[in-house]
Amino acid sequence: MSTFEPKVIAFCCSNCASAAAQVAEQACWQLPSNVRIIQLPCTGRLDSLHVLKALENGADGVYVAGCMPDSCQYKSGVEKATKKIAYVKKLLEDIGIEPERVELFNVGAGKAQRFIEVANQMVEKIKELGPSPLR
Amino acid sequence: MVVAERKPIKEILAMMADYKKILLVGCKGCVTVCCAGGTKEVGILASALRIAKKKEGKPFEVIEKTLERQCDPEYIEQVAPIVEGEGVEAILSMACSVGPQYLAKRYNVPVYPALNTTFIGGSLEHGVWAEFCQACGNCIIHYFGGICPIARCSKSLLNGPCGGSAGGKCEVSPEIDCAWHLIYERMKALGKLDELTKIFPIKDWSTSRDGGPRKVVREDMKL
Amino acid sequence: MKAGSRLEKILSSGQFAVTGELGPPRGADVEVIKKKAEHLRGMVDSINVTDNQTSVVRMCSMAVCKLLLEMGLEPNLQMTCRDRNRIAIQSDLLGAYALGIKNVLCLSGDHNKFGDHPQAKNVFDIDSMQLIQTVKQMRDDGKLLSGQECEGVPKFFIGAAVNPFGDPFDFRPVRLAKKVAAGVDFIQTQCIYNMDKFREYMKRVVDMGLAEKCYILAGITPLKSLGMARYMARFVPGLDVPDYYLKRLAGVEKKKQAEEGIKIAVEQIQEIREIEGVAGIHLMAIEWEHKVPEIIKAAGLYPRPEVE
Repeated sequence: MSTFEPKVIAFCCSNCASAAAQVAEQACWQLPSNVRIIQLPCTGRLDSLHVLKALENGADGVYVAGCMPDSCQYKSGVEKATKKIAYVKKLLEDIGIEPERVELFNVGAGKAQRFIEVANQMVEKIKELGPSPLR
Repeated sequence: MVVAERKPIKEILAMMADYKKILLVGCKGCVTVCCAGGTKEVGILASALRIAKKKEGKPFEVIEKTLERQCDPEYIEQVAPIVEGEGVEAILSMACSVGPQYLAKRYNVPVYPALNTTFIGGSLEHGVWAEFCQACGNCIIHYFGGICPIARCSKSLLNGPCGGSAGGKCEVSPEIDCAWHLIYERMKALGKLDELTKIFPIKDWSTSRDGGPRKVVREDMKL
Repeated sequence: MKAGSRLEKILSSGQFAVTGELGPPRGADVEVIKKKAEHLRGMVDSINVTDNQTSVVRMCSMAVCKLLLEMGLEPNLQMTCRDRNRIAIQSDLLGAYALGIKNVLCLSGDHNKFGDHPQAKNVFDIDSMQLIQTVKQMRDDGKLLSGQECEGVPKFFIGAAVNPFGDPFDFRPVRLAKKVAAGVDFIQTQCIYNMDKFREYMKRVVDMGLAEKCYILAGITPLKSLGMARYMARFVPGLDVPDYYLKRLAGVEKKKQAEEGIKIAVEQIQEIREIEGVAGIHLMAIEWEHKVPEIIKAAGLYPRPEVE
């Protein structure tokens, strides 16, 4: 199993997380190659179906990188995403898929180190869980 | 609107245990508004079912379709090519319970309800719906300041409030407003408290479900 | 005389009445009933038999009333609208009267959510107000709700309950007036602890002339312990237990709390007797029937008057 390289999808807020990604790039901090980023204008746009579809189509893990709870540019976008992720986790639990395959992280604008950290953390977690049973 | 909520996914999965190909039908009426069975919910349920079946290693195909309504035969007819032409083994309906009954009447395949139809109500805020009507068939809310004691009082009292009303809440749960407290306050605000001193007579429930299944006929609307 | 029950005779002769209460067993044991009833013999004028109180299944009120009659005691049949529609209610009333039951207490009933069968389908075809009207129509017009003449008219002394402490407080006397208009003869109140509020309620009731139109029996439930008092204060909706009683019970050692509870009940009874418009007390010693003699004697209500 040590050779397992998970496929992870990250839904990122175009304000905070993307700014963090830019800073990370400038600092030459590498995002793990397993993580594929999908930009959202705001994590409030996230739909439960986005997460489910990603899993259905072979992602081993899905996470959302959004703002800090009190600094969403659209006030409550990340709060909405948090509730949707909780909903999806419950749904996954009910159908026997590890809810840990789905996560939400509050990153914060420009926090490059944290942005890279959560990506690594998620990849590690998924490596622990092993490949998605849907593969 | 008719308010409904999705059945627990495990219950739905148990219903689908023996099938490989199903038609999942949503409804663009009430259940879309109450976020229980519209296009979006059809997508989520279909995806969840596929994931669950894939995990079990069982092939499973879901055809997704959301109809204008499921309480009129002409819309039910629209899925005939799918049901009859694509080898669908079962139909799972995400409408209120009228939908699956219409589908069952029309098609010769097993039909399952994906929702529990809960009540006739409205939204209190985003994501919260409450019961307002019990369809008794003879509306009397104007005697009670526009508040229905039948649907909203836990005991359907017509001469309340009972002794369990405390601080505006019902004895059944602090989550429930005492309908009679609301009626009292409303009638007071309307300057109509006098009307509450009259005893409301025993209700004729024959217009309700107690008279047997009901039917509304409009001769002028018939073709 | 409307019904000629012992309770009616005592109240109509202007004597202070005392009613008691007996909760039937959760089983078919007759001995339990006999034992409880013996504690009440000679201490109360009439015994309420509860109708699946708090929606917990118990032996039926009517059967227990009949057992009390056989023991030479006077029962008061409690009847709720929770479990019966108008067909069953009228049928039960006819049957109860045929068995010799003369007092009936008309109640809506506790919601089934509280009981041991929260999954049950409830009825609530009519409410307590309409039940009073139904019993009165049967008695005074000799007719069922359908208009059908009764073959043999049930002559009941009609009772109902009120909760002076339910909200909205201002509407409570009005609701009593509705029960009077519906045809109630006597009223038993919810357990009283907040005496000031009860005095205020009674003042309003007397001012409205209601105390002349029905007999009001004040509800007393002795507090067995601080735990029970706290439970009543916190969890029984529409019950008002003031802090000073809680403090008083907390102030004595645990062993003496029961004694203190009885002392409080006796004091309450004495205070209540001074309140204008109160025609008696309804003593609900819940699972504490054996303490009734002590309370009644200490309150100076023993012996009970003889009636013809």
